[in-house]
Amino acid sequence: MTIRWGSYKIKGFYDELLRASGRPRPAAASLCKYLRTLKDKEIEEYKAASDLAIQVMGITFRVYSEEEGSIDRAWPFDIIPRIIDRKEWQAIEAGLVQRVHALNLFIDDLYHDQKIVKDKVFPAELLQDSVNFRKQCVGVKPPLGIWAHICGSDLVRDKDGTVFVLEDNLRVPSGVSYMLENRQVMKRVFPELFEDYSILPVDDYPSQLFDTLASLSPRPGDQPEIVVLTPGVYNSAYFEHAYLAQQMGAELVQGSDLVVQKDNCVYMRTIEGLTRVDVIYRRVDDLFLDPEVFNKDSTLGVPGLMRAWKAGNVALANAPGAGVADDKVVYAYVPDIIKYYLDEDAILPNVPTYKCNVKEERDYVINNMDKLVVKPANESGGYGMLIGPQASDEEREKFVRLIKRDPRNYVAQPMLILSTAPTLVGTHVEPRHLDLRPFILSGDKTVVTTGGLTRVALRKGSTVVNSSQGGGSKDTWIVDLEGAGA
Amino acid sequence: MSMLSRVAENLYWLGRYIERAENTARLITVNSNLLLDLPRRVRLGWQPIVDIIGASDLYKDQHDAVDERSVLRFIVASPTNAGSILHSLTMARENARTVRDIIPREAWEQINHLYALVKEDINRVYTQRTRFDFLRQIILGAQTITGLLSGTMTHDEGYAFLRVGRNLERADMGTRIIDVRSASLLPDLSGELTPFENIQWMSVLKSMTGYQMYRRSMRLRVRRADVLRFLLQNLQFPRSFLHCVSAVEDCLWELPNHEKPIALVQSLQRKVQRINTDKLEQSQLHDTLDNLQLGLAKISTELKHSYF
Repeated sequence: MTIRWGSYKIKGFYDELLRASGRPRPAAASLCKYLRTLKDKEIEEYKAASDLAIQVMGITFRVYSEEEGSIDRAWPFDIIPRIIDRKEWQAIEAGLVQRVHALNLFIDDLYHDQKIVKDKVFPAELLQDSVNFRKQCVGVKPPLGIWAHICGSDLVRDKDGTVFVLEDNLRVPSGVSYMLENRQVMKRVFPELFEDYSILPVDDYPSQLFDTLASLSPRPGDQPEIVVLTPGVYNSAYFEHAYLAQQMGAELVQGSDLVVQKDNCVYMRTIEGLTRVDVIYRRVDDLFLDPEVFNKDSTLGVPGLMRAWKAGNVALANAPGAGVADDKVVYAYVPDIIKYYLDEDAILPNVPTYKCNVKEERDYVINNMDKLVVKPANESGGYGMLIGPQASDEEREKFVRLIKRDPRNYVAQPMLILSTAPTLVGTHVEPRHLDLRPFILSGDKTVVTTGGLTRVALRKGSTVVNSSQGGGSKDTWIVDLEGAGA
Repeated sequence: MSMLSRVAENLYWLGRYIERAENTARLITVNSNLLLDLPRRVRLGWQPIVDIIGASDLYKDQHDAVDERSVLRFIVASPTNAGSILHSLTMARENARTVRDIIPREAWEQINHLYALVKEDINRVYTQRTRFDFLRQIILGAQTITGLLSGTMTHDEGYAFLRVGRNLERADMGTRIIDVRSASLLPDLSGELTPFENIQWMSVLKSMTGYQMYRRSMRLRVRRADVLRFLLQNLQFPRSFLHCVSAVEDCLWELPNHEKPIALVQSLQRKVQRINTDKLEQSQLHDTLDNLQLGLAKISTELKHSYF
């Protein structure tokens, strides 16, 4: 017997499974009890079984390394699930629906009347400087007025247990296939746990995605021809593109498979000739979508695609230009955006964010550099960031200069202490920090995944959850305590 | 929903590469056995294997000698030799990866598994003790993939392309085996070596897993003309040239725009049926086989033209 909860150290963190007293939270009680009964040998067997399942199922992600080029790595997975009580989840779900609804109204407004700018709720200069605003999209009316059909929002929990939204990914968010595969692995490894627990299923997602995409078809009534557009095998998320296409029964296409004809319709090349395409779930970035309009050297896209989209002959999900709301400065305005369009208060809080374009907030940031994390607006993956408490005086001074030179490009946030969950290390458990990325689908209905993808920093003390940098993942259980057997 | 041209092409190559890996594994098995059977002074060594897979020049560029270990490494593990087992499986896996949405999950898992097996256990091919088991696992693994695809994949156009690829590859490899094996047959067949000629024709049959089936269907001792008739013209034996080409024709009938490729396939069928194996001199055999291979190449060019 090697998992002893008594020696599991929760110091200053919120732990997802255990209370500060070391006793399990109600939703995690059965799991913790079960884990305590496992012998070393059994833990090793389960771990090996999950590794084997991942290898056999071919769950991989691509990383690029100097020595080996682009290689496939097995998906790092921790067998101890992260558990959230259904009641808490329902509140989070409502918050996400509200947020994405407001963001879609915001994007549509920016490409039409820009009322929010005229009403001085959102500063005009921020829009002018936005690198993700596409002037080519001004005036376009995508089906149902929706721009961000698939959104992945990153949630984190602070040390007092509050769930914050850290960022909204509105361009081509990835990770949902790993959420689905993680559940498959868990069912193979721990079938008995699924008998005891009332765990809400996640496998509806592909059909919900299909329905969302079908609701955008320019030829309603017909059986719509839906395709997934991938940059190709060497893209880091290719596994997911292929997986989703397969699960939806849609065609997985590359740019070279598609062609836009003189009638401004999109066709795919098949063994019988050309077949018309109605909806494209594109996993290619805006700037590579159409060499006629954007990056001229792009071979990933389809010449004429924007023409076809503007003519309403094909739906693109997400719509080009949706990324305008996926920006760290826009993020800071989301509570105002929700208030403006919906006249509601945000259900899910933002991480408090100081906008350097506003004088008072900028002054606060400059005077409190040692307590804050400073982020540039349009970088992702942690590039160009300053972690104030860990930085040297020199680095902090450098950032003060950067902020003064280009205040609109910076925001600052207090250091968050991410929550932890027990994670297998050898045959015992240690706390590791994690986040959660749920996915929100917007079409004729709005749906949120049951839970989402939990990413965990496998290195001790680390808060970097990216799979390319030592991150792994866990299955996420939304558990119904009022359901049978809990 | 009609099939993407690129997907059709990937399935076609998936079929070819899996078949290629299996055939190469069979070839090594038979050659290893043959070397054990022949007297030391007439042993042909490993050069014929390099010739069969059509990589003699590449091999010569990279090696000074034709020793067992070098040849085995070259045809099993070499990343630069497009005919090596590892390369075939790598390519099969890459092709499968791009059509993951088309092939059944179990087949994809099996392809992954076979690739991992070969990659991890490759050293087992160098020692005789473990070689046969290693090769047998490859053969069984490839057959499992074929079986899974046959048993779980909808027999639609995509499946037709897979079968076309598999059968063209099989027909191609068959002609290569006959060509190289018979050309390198013992030059001077004086009386004392006759039993060994027999062994070599048996090895041709075995390379194509045809020995047992030959005995059953021909009910004759192993004789050159009969072996050739069996391997080229038998319609029932699944590795004979005529059977493979006929299977390609069956598949093509299920595909759109098939007039041109079918015309080529039928002409090749007639060509192989016209061969009189009793009268075929050794010197003519090479040209005849060359001609058949040319026919296969024409079909594969036409497929590219019509569908990909």
